[in-house]
Amino acid sequence: MRTKNNSLSPRKLLVMGVFIAAGIVFILKLFSLQVVDKSYVALADNNALRYVTQYPARGKMYDRNGELLVFNEAVYDLMVIPRQAMKRDSLDPFDTATFCHLLDIDKASFVERMEKAKNESYFRPSPFMTQVSKENYAHIAEVLYRYPGFYFQTRTVRHYPKSIAAHTLGDIGEISKGELEKDKEGENYYRQGDYVGKSGIEKSYEKELRGVKGLKVMMVDVHNREMGSFMDGEYDREPVAGKDIYLGLDAELQAYGEQLMVGKIGSIVAIEPATGQILAFVTSPTYDPNLLVGRERGKHYKELQEDPMKPLINRATNGTYPPGSTFKSVVGLIAMQSGSITPATCFHCAGPGSLPIKCTHHHGPSPDFANAIMNSCNPYFYESFKATINNPKFGGVKKGYEYWKDMTYKLGLGHKFNTDVPAERAGNIPSREYYDKMYQDQWNAVTIRSLGIGQGEVLVTPLQLANIAAYIANEGYYYPPHLIKCFGDTTAIPEVMTTKVDPGINPKYVRTMKAGLRTVFSGPHGTARRYEMKDIAQCGKTGTAQNPHGNYHSNFIAFAPYENPKIALAVIIENGGYGATWAAPIASLMIEKYIRGYTTREDLEKRMMEGRISYKNER
Amino acid sequence: MNDRNSIIGKIDWLTVLIYFALVLIGWFSIFSARYNEAHPSIFDLSQVYGKQLLWIGASLFIGFLILLIDAKFFNAFSLWIYFFFLAALFVVLAYGKATKGATSWIDLGAGVKFQPSEFAKMATALALAGYLDRLDVDLQKRKDQIVAALFVLAPMALVLLQNDTGSALVFISFIFVLYREGFPGAGWLMVAGVAAVLLFIFTLVWSQKVMYIILGALFVLTLTYYLLTKKKHLIRMVAVFAFMFAFVFSVDYAFHKVLQEHQQNRILVMLGKLDDPQGVGYNVHQSKIAIGSGGFSGKGFLQGTQTKYDFVPEQHTDFIFCTIGEEGGFLGTAAVVLLYVGLLLRIVTLAERQKSTFGRVYGYAIAGIIFMHFFINIGMTIGLMPVIGIPLPFLSYGGSSMLAFTMMLAIFVKQDANRVNML
Repeated sequence: MRTKNNSLSPRKLLVMGVFIAAGIVFILKLFSLQVVDKSYVALADNNALRYVTQYPARGKMYDRNGELLVFNEAVYDLMVIPRQAMKRDSLDPFDTATFCHLLDIDKASFVERMEKAKNESYFRPSPFMTQVSKENYAHIAEVLYRYPGFYFQTRTVRHYPKSIAAHTLGDIGEISKGELEKDKEGENYYRQGDYVGKSGIEKSYEKELRGVKGLKVMMVDVHNREMGSFMDGEYDREPVAGKDIYLGLDAELQAYGEQLMVGKIGSIVAIEPATGQILAFVTSPTYDPNLLVGRERGKHYKELQEDPMKPLINRATNGTYPPGSTFKSVVGLIAMQSGSITPATCFHCAGPGSLPIKCTHHHGPSPDFANAIMNSCNPYFYESFKATINNPKFGGVKKGYEYWKDMTYKLGLGHKFNTDVPAERAGNIPSREYYDKMYQDQWNAVTIRSLGIGQGEVLVTPLQLANIAAYIANEGYYYPPHLIKCFGDTTAIPEVMTTKVDPGINPKYVRTMKAGLRTVFSGPHGTARRYEMKDIAQCGKTGTAQNPHGNYHSNFIAFAPYENPKIALAVIIENGGYGATWAAPIASLMIEKYIRGYTTREDLEKRMMEGRISYKNER
Repeated sequence: MNDRNSIIGKIDWLTVLIYFALVLIGWFSIFSARYNEAHPSIFDLSQVYGKQLLWIGASLFIGFLILLIDAKFFNAFSLWIYFFFLAALFVVLAYGKATKGATSWIDLGAGVKFQPSEFAKMATALALAGYLDRLDVDLQKRKDQIVAALFVLAPMALVLLQNDTGSALVFISFIFVLYREGFPGAGWLMVAGVAAVLLFIFTLVWSQKVMYIILGALFVLTLTYYLLTKKKHLIRMVAVFAFMFAFVFSVDYAFHKVLQEHQQNRILVMLGKLDDPQGVGYNVHQSKIAIGSGGFSGKGFLQGTQTKYDFVPEQHTDFIFCTIGEEGGFLGTAAVVLLYVGLLLRIVTLAERQKSTFGRVYGYAIAGIIFMHFFINIGMTIGLMPVIGIPLPFLSYGGSSMLAFTMMLAIFVKQDANRVNML
């Protein structure tokens, strides 16, 4: 006999018992569910359930002072369930002509919309006509009972009472196929026809702003009449309203900045140094955010997209520019921290005849640090850069360069901050490997000398530049710049935005730099001395950056007041020429506007607002 | 008389009939669940119901081939088959595609995906049967116990690593066959397992404090009884209680730290502790509405509205039972439950009449596997189990599952048909 354990055969009884017990339990449960509980059976036959999605109110947005920036307005979507709409008998045919007349569409459009809905699903509601106005809604809704399968669903669209900060606030739009598929793999929250944040804060805080959809299960009879809530609303769920968001933005300052930038291409980014909150986030040219709302959204979007000045680009984060001389602040700080120079170090400058980089300013023959920053001396900062990467303590120019590059990274350059700022770009601080490849390993400080004066391969975004200003204003630390101030409830904002970053430069050097930047306004040769105000101690650094698109970019970083700075900013005016021509006065006006609440230099303001720069090249 | 005819004559037609009944019910239910008026033919290959027909055809073909193969083949090659699928599980871990959080697919290209975990259950049943069939193997010996356990635990661990909790749970079903074959403590393990699940549920429902009081009272009562009757094994009794206390103590920790959040939520929904019909409880609520709305005799074929609205997700795969419930009513669901119980009892009966240990062990093993799928899947759709995504054998849409379960059953039918040739 080959088999073992035959004696254990009685054990089959227990196994079979378990199987039978499970079967009995299931049948009892099914009996109770299907036969005893009549509440479900009521749904059989003709009654259909209509699942009406309850869209929550999307969170509103306010500026830092509680000024309303974005709110909601109700619109109505006409929904259709194709199967119910088409299930008609010959005695009571669907009156397409009247229906089309009611909606003010032609027959072809009706067929097309119906086909689209059918392709989506026969049994599930699809949007038939979206964003019906309040007036039309009223008279359509009155007679809608004649058209089974059709019903209205309320939803809201966004409105922007101030018409500012379009790129920052962002917009919402119908979810795309790609977004829908991605969501299916993960959270599976969205349905065809839902609206989601497409850009800006609307996108960054989509989850918080949108809230949670609710559901109402209604019983509907064959005549499209709602027979009330199914099972007394046991399966309903109230929508959870989205969270309101308070931005760090100052609406007045933002509007002022946008006015100043009219007719110029470029960007202004202003940060509150103590928190890293962005006070103004201007990109120019801009557009009215209300254009991207409602049924005309597609048309307007296309127009903006085709505009040669490319107003849809957010230059504050997506524009990468050579920083020019504003970068000398970074070069100087790293040189001091590495011990390669001290504030007393002097380098020789032969003015325009200097080699290998000429100087554009006339000043004493061998400036010290304070003089060099005030006069924006090119040779001084080239020499400082060279002294840093050639510093013997690093053991070789390449290792010196790696140190230098790491320090710029720590100062927030060459990478994204990954906060809530939309469409960020990393800018560019070349890697050692990049130069190794480019120069076949044969390179030194002279080869890459342009970096010392913020030219060459180095590219920064206005946001990164503003952050440098905030860093110096704070004398040695910064908070990753971000747009949100707080939520409408007590939800904490993401930790990355409230975590202090210390790049590791001794505060005493940063204070030296800060004092140096003060002389740019206050010093006898300071490059921004024309914009000095008696009662507000401003600090800054001009930049005049060569670029491949024509005239110099006019750059400026600034902060004020000197003690306890309230605002730090960067201004870039594409092809504006000297830093002191456009960027510095615009920055100074922004500072005055923010600190005083009003401006005193009417002529300057007028000149800046009305000034136009002609752009011939396609952007 | 040639060999083939004798095979046809000897196979257990009752099993095969139940199989065909389930497969057909499944196919028609998939058709109804995903009915598309633009493609009204059940044979339309662009629709899931057409595709399921292809899978059924392929499964029948392979099932038929299995009936033609020499019955001893599966015993002889059980280890090879086992290691092949074990290797496939490794490959999935390394290169698999993630669907809904679990990495359990291998993409074979041309739109064909293959889920080794479905086949690994069958392979494990074969390997365990082959091993216990060996004359030198005795489940009373420690070494043989360990090897037998490893046969089950290895694929289970790999499936668990794929984050496919449902399929991993199915491997627990091997406790039935181990119990039947006299694995020491298997019976107690079953009792302890059920007790642990009950303790777990009661603790979550009533809180730890209440459980301490109840257990404490029980302990005092039992202790008094022991002391009064001077019963033996006092220490063992105390140990059991100590263990229960420790278990209750650890429930909170285990629940929050070991289980993932969605698993916690699914359990809370099942226990009625979390009411969230639009969120985590969505599937179950919708599923219950669909089944409940079927009433006693159902709405009729293709007349269901709830499942077609697409409100029951996975309606043609894991939630196919909803369509049966809605359109077939209590008559339909009870019939399906009876078909399953009938099939399971038939398999156990056939297993007991096997002359080879191989056949019997294999039979018990697959009965356990099918039972586990049946129990978890239907339990889930009617709210008796938390949501665990595993298919309903022979009914759910899906090629891997259809093929694997058909092969699993065909091998057993072949063993049974061949039993008279043994001795």
